[in-house]
Amino acid sequence: MQRIGVFVCWCGSNIAGTVDVHAVAEALKNEPGVVFSTDYQYMCSEAGQKIIKDAVAEHRLTGVVVCSCSPRMHEATFRKTAQAAGLNPYMVEIANIREQCSWIHKDMPEGTEKAIILGKAAIAKVNLNVPLQAGESPVTKRALVIGGGIAGIQTALDIADAGFEVDIVEKEPTIGGKMAQLDKTFPTLDCAACILTPKMVDAAQHEKITIYSYSEVEEVKGFVGNFDVKIKKKARYVKPELCTGCGLCTEKCPQKKVPNQFNLGMDNRRAIYIPFAQAVPKIATIDADYCTMLKTGKCGVCSKVCTAKAIDYTQKDEYVQEKYGAIVVATGFNPIKPDKFGEYSYNKSKDVVTSLEYERLMNAAGPTAGTLLRPSDGKHPHTIVFVQCVGSRDTRSCGKEYCSKICCMYTAKHAMLTREKYPDTEVYVFYIDVRTPGKGFDEFYRRAVEKYGVHYIKGMVGKVTPQGDQLLVQASDLIAGEQMTINADMVVLATAIEPDKSARPLATMLTASMDTNDFFTEAHPKLRPVESPTAGVFLSGVCQGPKDIPETVAQAGAAAGKVIGLLCKDKLLGNPCVASSDEMLCNGCSSCEKVCPYGAITYSDKEFRIAGKTVVRRVASVNPAVCQGCGACTVACPSGAMDLKGFSNRQIMSEVDAICK
Amino acid sequence: MVFSYYPGCTLKTKAKQLDEYARRSAEALGFSLCEIPDWQCCGGVYPLARDEVATKLSSVRALVSARDEGRDVVTLCSACHHVLKRVNDDMANDEEIRNKANNYMGLDVPYAGETKVYHFLEILRDKIGFDKLKEAVKNPLTGKKIGAYYGCMLLRPGKVMEFDDPGDPGIIEDFIRAIGAEPVDYANRNECCGGYVTLEAKSLAKAKSNVIVNDAVANGAEMLITACPLCMYNLTKNADGELPVYYFTELLAEALGVK
Amino acid sequence: MNEKNQEIAQELERISGTDAKKCMRCGKCSATCPAYGEMDYMPHEFVYMAEKGQIEKLMESDAFYRCMSCFACVERCPRQVEPTNIIEAVRLLKIRQQGQNHLKPEQIPALLDEDLPQQAIVSAFRKYSK
Repeated sequence: MQRIGVFVCWCGSNIAGTVDVHAVAEALKNEPGVVFSTDYQYMCSEAGQKIIKDAVAEHRLTGVVVCSCSPRMHEATFRKTAQAAGLNPYMVEIANIREQCSWIHKDMPEGTEKAIILGKAAIAKVNLNVPLQAGESPVTKRALVIGGGIAGIQTALDIADAGFEVDIVEKEPTIGGKMAQLDKTFPTLDCAACILTPKMVDAAQHEKITIYSYSEVEEVKGFVGNFDVKIKKKARYVKPELCTGCGLCTEKCPQKKVPNQFNLGMDNRRAIYIPFAQAVPKIATIDADYCTMLKTGKCGVCSKVCTAKAIDYTQKDEYVQEKYGAIVVATGFNPIKPDKFGEYSYNKSKDVVTSLEYERLMNAAGPTAGTLLRPSDGKHPHTIVFVQCVGSRDTRSCGKEYCSKICCMYTAKHAMLTREKYPDTEVYVFYIDVRTPGKGFDEFYRRAVEKYGVHYIKGMVGKVTPQGDQLLVQASDLIAGEQMTINADMVVLATAIEPDKSARPLATMLTASMDTNDFFTEAHPKLRPVESPTAGVFLSGVCQGPKDIPETVAQAGAAAGKVIGLLCKDKLLGNPCVASSDEMLCNGCSSCEKVCPYGAITYSDKEFRIAGKTVVRRVASVNPAVCQGCGACTVACPSGAMDLKGFSNRQIMSEVDAICK
Repeated sequence: MVFSYYPGCTLKTKAKQLDEYARRSAEALGFSLCEIPDWQCCGGVYPLARDEVATKLSSVRALVSARDEGRDVVTLCSACHHVLKRVNDDMANDEEIRNKANNYMGLDVPYAGETKVYHFLEILRDKIGFDKLKEAVKNPLTGKKIGAYYGCMLLRPGKVMEFDDPGDPGIIEDFIRAIGAEPVDYANRNECCGGYVTLEAKSLAKAKSNVIVNDAVANGAEMLITACPLCMYNLTKNADGELPVYYFTELLAEALGVK
Repeated sequence: MNEKNQEIAQELERISGTDAKKCMRCGKCSATCPAYGEMDYMPHEFVYMAEKGQIEKLMESDAFYRCMSCFACVERCPRQVEPTNIIEAVRLLKIRQQGQNHLKPEQIPALLDEDLPQQAIVSAFRKYSK
């Protein structure tokens, strides 16, 4: 039999204004197991906590019920109080008589009655509480960052600077991501390469950072503090330790007709290539889909010209197995392909381009060496139409329902830079709304209009018709109330962005949840924005939702901060309120395994001695370090074998009984 | 292969060629079109109003007749195809319309959209195959530069019609290649010719038809092909200039040597 | 919105099966509409005014007789609003009133020419008369 103390808090007038706290303390005195009951003005204050500690000693209490605010507020406080008084902290229960009672009732008798009922339920539960011990697990002091764009680079640098080892896994031959493809960056117009490439070099030279480029995560096992990850290093047919990045092979390779992915296919590269001049690592890679030697066994030019003897046509994929304490997802985004928007004639005319393609056309390292020339005929365009929201805020299957967030600003940037470099070019921007809520953002957009004379027209483009060497753009001008046509030389589509395709299978490997758009879900949208609900998995950059570079870098740092906080610990104290399976009751049906969102449940064959015989049965077991205590398995289990510590079926039923009595 | 065939009113009068050449071509390609007995006019336009059921019943009757024969329906006229396909979609997916129509018709076996509705072009693509069609061609139309005119009814709304990508279709171009000619791509091939508005506002129909014809000519088309008698009318009678327009079945029959 | 306008708006929503509130006012319907130049109210205005309950104003215009039912607005609307369904519903609200048939049988002979397909007449009757 428990010896329970009940402590009713006034919370000033927050509770006492609507609940007769004396009456509550009095009424709960006679509940089973209760040996002491009192009320006090602020139970969470030092004096209040002393009342609890003294009562534990004086009345030899084994359990404590605090009738106060939400457990989210002060459960941890009162558990510490109990612990200091020598009790197991899990012998404390909170009856929430503020948020769930005094704040939502006006009538004192009604509020008092409900507070008593809530108190009774908590007492009923404590009567069945047992002391719980949180398990401990060690922490591997190494972090994995998946994705080597600006998000991944920044997270890795911040973690490494705090003194922890970090590995970056990047699927492309170089780190840098989308930012490496950009020309200038809004709203200050710094050159993307000028601010990104030093960071890429920092990452490469940092003694704590290892970069696995041209690599992918193959398998993730384990749990927070103890992840076990298999990384595939894809064969690049070049020995990284020998290649000097001189680039001779990329000039001599006879296979010249390979679409250059870095320039979005607007020019060609060779079958052996270095994506761009500042690539990190600066190592050549052979594109197996195009290499004549790999396909037919005849050629070998690159091998002949390589003085470093770095070419290895027999190279195979290699696998690395590594342990990590924390994993950061930074898989980034891609613009959607506008080929399902036939009305914009993207497939019909080379002069209809996406914004990222336009970015390459403006870039000094791009296919036109930074001179804005039309892809169709290399002529200078004199009229350019920008179309916003292509596929964003679009509920059709070809579109994305969300706002892609970055397009308003980069379009303003494109328009402004175009007008600045080529004042003889007329620039039109068709928009639905201009969304510029960032520091200096609206000023930037207004500068495009007021200083650079960009024509912003509220309305959408309905049809783009290639006509001779021009594009007839038919659009709405909603303010003027008319349909208008423009003869344009180029049309630029601000296409929606979507999470990288690698994110979905990765989320499955990590048992990290995603939304319907394949963005990773955060543990709390406001209060835990860089953590995944899966312990030890953190989110950085656009993989969590559309964001621009300043926001991405801020989030990358925040994710790093969380990782550092985790890696600083030598041991992790688990949550003892986890599921456990009664092996004698388990019938091996796998229902629990299927509903577990965290992959915490495994099945194995075990030997049992039943009536003198050895029987092998398939039974569930829960990994307490992975289990988050959600309770889904306890509901799914048909045989009642699965139960949640601290929230056992018996405890919950006794609470319900107490309320219904 | 035998299909229930819904010709529609215009194919019995002003667009006899569309019908006649289709029948001959089908025979040459090894499938037959069995005309639905006592079919009634589809009404030309799909009744968009949610509260109109009576105007959909002629289509339902044709669809039920095909079901009872155990066959799929084939259409030729774009408008008939549009109406039958959308009414069939209503019968399959709109409970209110399905119940009202079934109550009204008092069928022994209620109808719930079981019949499949194909356009003749879809039969060529999905059942015969353009490769096979190419092999069957006796007189390839080599060197002819032909613009495909899709219009509206075959393509939109794409969610229901499921005919081809409504923004950038390719089925008629593939057909043109299969009969040995060269397709001419132009952006206005899926824009409206003016349709029935020719009766209400001739100038509007003229303007729309001219946009299409001029775009096709500017891109090098020597002729257009269509599946719709009303498009045929607008493109030939309302557009200026002399760009020839043919029903696709006429060129098909010519290529197959059955004209 | 007054009571009468609200009633008409509800009737319009019932007939059209379309929720005008889904519109985000991008104007793509009007940008893509082939009849645009000849309509005194444009497709996006039909949607907007339907939402505001100003349907009688729309009924007084003859813009809806110009709609060709080409479904370009339906196909290209990013929010799946189906503007042509609203235009059709306004047309029906008008022609279902007594004596409001827009096309009368006696007008037909004058409109015919030798090549006009039956399809055109049938369609026009469906669209312009009850």
